[in-house]
Amino acid sequence: MTDPDSDLLLQATGLTKTFGNFTAVDGIDFAVQRGESFGFLGPNGAGKSSTMKMVGCVSPVTGGVLRLFGQDPATHGPQIRARLGVVPQKDTLDEELTVQENLWIYGRYFGLSRSEVRSRATELLDFAQLEDRARSKVEPLSGGMKRRLTIARSLISRPEILLLDEPTAGLDPQARHALWDRLFRLKRNGVTLVLTTHYMDEAEQLCDRLVVMDHGKIVAQGSPRSLITEFSTREVLELRFDTDDHAHHGDAIAGIGERIEVLPDRLLVYAEDGDAAAAAVHLRGIQPMSSLVRRSTLEDVFLHLTGRTLVD
Amino acid sequence: MTSSASLQPAPPSPTRGLTSRIARVLPLPAGAGMARILVERNIISFRHGWVALVTGFAEPVFYLFSLGIGLGGLVKVVTTDGGQSVSYANFVAPALLAASAMNGAVFDSTFNVFFKLKFARLYDSVLATPMGPRDVAVGEISWSLMRGGLYAAAFLVVAYFAGAVHSWWALLALPAATFIGFAFSAIGMFATTFMRSWVDFDYVTLAIQPMFLFSATFFPLATYPGAVQWMVQATPLYHGVALERALMLGEVGPGLLVHVAYLAALGLLGLVGAARRIEKLLLS
Ligand SMILES: Nc1ncnc2c1ncn2[C@@H]1O[C@H](COP(=O)(O)OP(=O)(O)OP(=O)(O)O)[C@@H](O)[C@H]1O
Ligand SMILES: [Mg+2]
Repeated sequence: MTDPDSDLLLQATGLTKTFGNFTAVDGIDFAVQRGESFGFLGPNGAGKSSTMKMVGCVSPVTGGVLRLFGQDPATHGPQIRARLGVVPQKDTLDEELTVQENLWIYGRYFGLSRSEVRSRATELLDFAQLEDRARSKVEPLSGGMKRRLTIARSLISRPEILLLDEPTAGLDPQARHALWDRLFRLKRNGVTLVLTTHYMDEAEQLCDRLVVMDHGKIVAQGSPRSLITEFSTREVLELRFDTDDHAHHGDAIAGIGERIEVLPDRLLVYAEDGDAAAAAVHLRGIQPMSSLVRRSTLEDVFLHLTGRTLVD
Repeated sequence: MTSSASLQPAPPSPTRGLTSRIARVLPLPAGAGMARILVERNIISFRHGWVALVTGFAEPVFYLFSLGIGLGGLVKVVTTDGGQSVSYANFVAPALLAASAMNGAVFDSTFNVFFKLKFARLYDSVLATPMGPRDVAVGEISWSLMRGGLYAAAFLVVAYFAGAVHSWWALLALPAATFIGFAFSAIGMFATTFMRSWVDFDYVTLAIQPMFLFSATFFPLATYPGAVQWMVQATPLYHGVALERALMLGEVGPGLLVHVAYLAALGLLGLVGAARRIEKLLLS
């Protein structure tokens, strides 16, 4: 067994989850160090939540080895959960209670004293910008407020690892940025973040390191930058044509850039220099309806690795 | 934010009431010995909706007055299975106490638990903390028998002033009612874990209604035909009614232990079953 105080907080080897004959997580390996911010990126059904539930010790491991703080969830579930904060994909707030009661009782589930949960709740209400809603019921809160409350709730036990399953799914851009800001603050304070997302920008913003999952497997891993360098070019030229079928335009521009991806609604030309690629297209006398040069993102990495787009 | 020394959960407390002591010797899934925190949660929630308490109390009291006074005017004297002749109100009051303990417990452990399990998804968030499925089962069952106990206490006070209490043994009628509540809430919670939608609650009504009417509640067992007597004695409410009646009318004997054993067995079966099902449903 590993030293429980080591900086290797989370380690999985050949981690597998099956439901009947369906394999949701298919033998994945990963490790997370203290203070790191680690992400699982993948489309719907990739197995992100299934992985997070195993890590959160609420779903038994079907195969492989999983250790948190050097301990096995099968034998030390309560001890491990005492050191985790969990933000599930869907909010599971206690709608029969008020905002502050949600924080209090959640702290009590961790065995904290009443006075302790009250003082921590005051800080967390401030953190989540919910002081003025402290006494209101949870039900009428906006989606963003509920999400902030769920995050605040997960922090009441001062967890060493915070597990966030799609922390900003369903929020408007403003609310997402506000949440990212809160998560940055936590990271600065030394909390280890483990999160899933299918937003590329979120992964790029929040993760030091990430794994790309597809069909229960890890298809690539590294820092957001290194993944982009490894699996994409510096820039991308996006071309749209005034036709339903973009495939035949692909032949016309073959040879331009390093690689071309044909999507139903647009063509992506991967090139170190996007403007040069656009000029080359123009030189061939091809007239796209619109053309746009942008930097490569993780979306491009995902497309390259799986041949599919990651739709929000 | 990295220090964890002060954050470890309280160690499982050595003894917290009968149920959690029993819980330790049964084949129950894991828990952190913190079922009482779930009770605390229910008390907080209840403070927002205390009206429910009033209705749970009012129903048996209405029955007592309508049957005791109304029917009691027609049926003057009833011969109990213990051989005493008592007024109808005195005869029916203990049965109403047992039935209200049953109703309160079943209502809480079926409707309320189903809502928390399937809609509010309360236990999903509870199980992400150090609390385990055993804590959920023990906590919910303790809570509903506490509620049942409260109804029973209020009913006993009314019954006392209505002149339906005749023996010092009646002091034991309250713990007995709580015990009946335990048996029914445990088995009710167990049953609830199998329910798929609100439609399935018709089965609860289907089980409770005939039991309420035919568990020697309103007539002594001796008035039923022989074969039917046997069926009546198989129902859990019969044992609850018999227990309460014996205590309130002072017909106490070793035979009461059979009723206690029956209810204890039912309650423990429900407790173990409910905890295991919660584990299976939510920790899969
Ligand atoms: N309890 C379950 N029983 C059966 N199948 C399940 C269960 N939970 C998940 N699955 C299946 O496992 C696969 C992976 O699901 P999972 O929720 O882990 O995906 P995800 O990556 O989190 O997707 P999303 O982005 O939609 O949240 C899906 O095909 C899902 O249907
Ligand atoms: Mg998911």
